[in-house]
Amino acid sequence: MRRDPELYDFCPYDDSRPQITWPGGARVALWVAPNIEFYEYDPPSNPSRSPWKRPIPDVLHYSERDYGNRVAHWRMMEVLDRHGVRGSISLNVAMCDHHPEIVREAVDRGWELFSHGIYNTRYNYHLSEAQERAVIEDALETVERFNGERVAGWLAPALTHTERTMDLLAAYGIRYTCDLFHDDQPQPVRVERGRLVSIPYSLEMNDVIVYNVNRVAPRRYADLLRANFDQLYAEGADNGTVMCIPLHAYLVGQAHRIGALDEALAYITGHEDVWLATGREIADHYLEHHYDPAVAHLERLRAEEASA
Amino acid sequence: MSTLDDRYLAYDKRRYGMDHERYGWQPWPERTKPRWPGDAKVALFVVPSLQWFPLDMTNHPFEVPGGMRTPYPDLRHYSLRDYGNRVGFYRFIRVFEELGVQPSVAVNAAIAERYPRLLREVSSRGWEVIAHGVDMGHVHHGELDRETEAEWIAHALDVLRKATGQDVRGWLSIAKSESRHTPDLLTARGVDYTCDWNNDDLPYPMRTESGPLWTLPHPHLTSDLHVLEHFKQTEESWVRQVCDHFDVMRREAGDGGRLVGLSLHPWITGQPHRIGAVREALAHCLARDDVWMATCSELIDHCRDALS
Repeated sequence: MRRDPELYDFCPYDDSRPQITWPGGARVALWVAPNIEFYEYDPPSNPSRSPWKRPIPDVLHYSERDYGNRVAHWRMMEVLDRHGVRGSISLNVAMCDHHPEIVREAVDRGWELFSHGIYNTRYNYHLSEAQERAVIEDALETVERFNGERVAGWLAPALTHTERTMDLLAAYGIRYTCDLFHDDQPQPVRVERGRLVSIPYSLEMNDVIVYNVNRVAPRRYADLLRANFDQLYAEGADNGTVMCIPLHAYLVGQAHRIGALDEALAYITGHEDVWLATGREIADHYLEHHYDPAVAHLERLRAEEASA
Repeated sequence: MSTLDDRYLAYDKRRYGMDHERYGWQPWPERTKPRWPGDAKVALFVVPSLQWFPLDMTNHPFEVPGGMRTPYPDLRHYSLRDYGNRVGFYRFIRVFEELGVQPSVAVNAAIAERYPRLLREVSSRGWEVIAHGVDMGHVHHGELDRETEAEWIAHALDVLRKATGQDVRGWLSIAKSESRHTPDLLTARGVDYTCDWNNDDLPYPMRTESGPLWTLPHPHLTSDLHVLEHFKQTEESWVRQVCDHFDVMRREAGDGGRLVGLSLHPWITGQPHRIGAVREALAHCLARDDVWMATCSELIDHCRDALS
């Protein structure tokens, strides 16, 4: 086991950072990432994590998640449409088999599909390299068959990883990962070969953390989103920031909660200098304009530390 | 690090629709929506639970909401739960009568055996009784053998039918927990609907060995149990969530009727400082003239005709 994930260097959030600029002079790149997930009724067990809290069938939790696909997805999608926000879909690719109608709705809107593994009840812990490659290949092929596009981004299913995950993603030409929560700006990720960028995907703004872990009341979620945005918008005047709102229809799309998202998106999109982007657009913009200066900055910092 | 058998990446149920046989799949916009009597927009149903928590109950195989928590004899939780049967429910009765609420009451069989006077308060008012298992210590779950579960279901239904003279057509499992067999065992005993599944905004038929079992979306996330007991949110916030739920459903009712259920526990909201919140939430829902105050059986009968 490693003591440090060995994926990134320390890089202080200070004035020395190279400036990030967004298209149109925006201060904040906002991206909204609905997770479209399938949780299995009877998944196999993984030695490191049990898929359900209760003995299978865990009807309470299975049905709560199924609500997202049966009903709440449309409620959430309608709110995004109303505010002109395109989703970047964190997709359990088995959804292309189980509920292709939902994935089709996203594709028809020009929303991006990135990979969130096969199922949210299959964890990557203990996978061999060949098995992890098989999962990545399955995800890439399934999405490409569905919309003809190559997946650009990755969020590990249920945030489960191995030590080699980032190297493998880069090896398959995946350009961005959402699995690191160490920064409010994109950052280079250290991989064996190729280039991989970490795009901020806020756990703090993630409705799973907000509703299931932090047990926040619905109307307060709108306050949290506004406060998060206000700060990133202010700081983005000097150096471009990224705000991400990761969503799950089964949580945010509940009737008693949908108003919070509606209210927050109305507030955010009411600001002038916001780039309503997708994950891929942010990653590609960064790779084109800001990746090399960031790497040079990190090398400079390393050299300074070495000589200090 | 150990690696997993390749069967971990076999996906036998990866196919169109659900990954089990209990019910089918249809995208929400294509679903038939019911018309309620008098073209009501929302059908409101209210489900208080009468529960008895035995002092010697275990928390196997998971912690039952409201179950014993301190070492035996846990007089504190035993008596606090029993408070609902002695005091809290009588406050509910006054609020229901004041507002014209026709509740459908989920009842443990143990209530009929231990507190027949309490059950008569329900049956003498013509309020519907929903079977709610044997008692709070008899949890149905995936590791329970089929014969034992069948006996428990038969016992609960026999006791409640005999005590009330009602057909007792509905079922709510303890902690909304089921085994793989529960739906089959319920219809074998003449049960028409279950309140266990939280995956829909409308009733739908589930397949069982003895014909359809209808699911009624009896809400968990807006229940007093979830908001006040599990999440420790405020009474004010709970009322807000119930009202927001109702208002969103009413707004969405353009293409057909919607349902709003309210799940109440007299040991939680029958407390003196909380009964006012119950009144406030119910009064908000009943203030509209386009609301149908329905019993669960009325709803299921209506949906069986409209949605079959």
